[in-house]
Amino acid sequence: MARALAAVWPLAKGCITGSVVGITVADGVASVVTMDGASMHPTFNPQQAERVLVEKRCHYRYDFSRSDVIVFRSPRNHRELMVKRLIALPGDWIQIPEKQEIRQIPEGHCWVEGDNAALSFDSRSYGPVPMGL
Amino acid sequence: MSGFVRRLAGIPWRSIAGEALSRAFLVAQAYCAVHVVDQHLCSLAIVRGPSMLPAMNLAGDVVAVDKVSARLGRVAPGDVVMMISPEDPRKSVAKRVVGMHGDSVTYLVDPGNSDASKTVVVPQGHVWVQGDNPYASRDSRQFGAVPYGLITGRSFVGRLMQSLEPIFCFMAP
Repeated sequence: MARALAAVWPLAKGCITGSVVGITVADGVASVVTMDGASMHPTFNPQQAERVLVEKRCHYRYDFSRSDVIVFRSPRNHRELMVKRLIALPGDWIQIPEKQEIRQIPEGHCWVEGDNAALSFDSRSYGPVPMGL
Repeated sequence: MSGFVRRLAGIPWRSIAGEALSRAFLVAQAYCAVHVVDQHLCSLAIVRGPSMLPAMNLAGDVVAVDKVSARLGRVAPGDVVMMISPEDPRKSVAKRVVGMHGDSVTYLVDPGNSDASKTVVVPQGHVWVQGDNPYASRDSRQFGAVPYGLITGRSFVGRLMQSLEPIFCFMAP
């Protein structure tokens, strides 16, 4: 029993170390996300299930710029990730073509839209998204 | 001069470099372990401000924050949660959850001046948070229901304080 444990222990230690380092790198530097859905066509092709490299260093300074493609947790379901394009930053005024209204983006929020406007479930449905997401 | 060079050559550079590298690797592993525990398991936070009186002190209270249950979705009304402020993503605030998705929340619009109250239904994927001190708290009454994804942890300070109460009474003058 003790010999089996001694044989398995280095492997377990390696796994734990690797996973801890991996989680830290995924949180702080970059990670990979698989794309699903057609809301960003033609930027991301829905048939090919593309993998996207996501950079996480932007979380430290929150210096996003307009027309970045960003990944965020859905405001409707915190377990889902959504990928959309950032259209407007806090304090901007935008006009929604369908509804003919002009809105100002409140402090700490941003306006996101998918490239494929017909099929995209984005800020036109659920309003400005808090930057914390 | 040549004596100095000879002494320089005599120092075991390779083993020093090897040891330094392994120590640096150990430090990096320790940092990664601390980061994972702090972000994903359990963390300590200091909360300040008048919005959660009398549960939390004005000058500062240390709060133990449990991040696992927030990630699993096991946050219930009555819990104190830490969340990223919807108004400024660099700030973390602590508030109490009053309503979950589908709940109908009635709140006083302006408790200092009037008795008017409003009732809202919390939309899907959102929670309604309020500070314990309604006179001095910026919470869902001002910025609306908060998406669940902004919640970073649930505090279990209630249980912690109850068990440590005698120690604090002894220590405080």
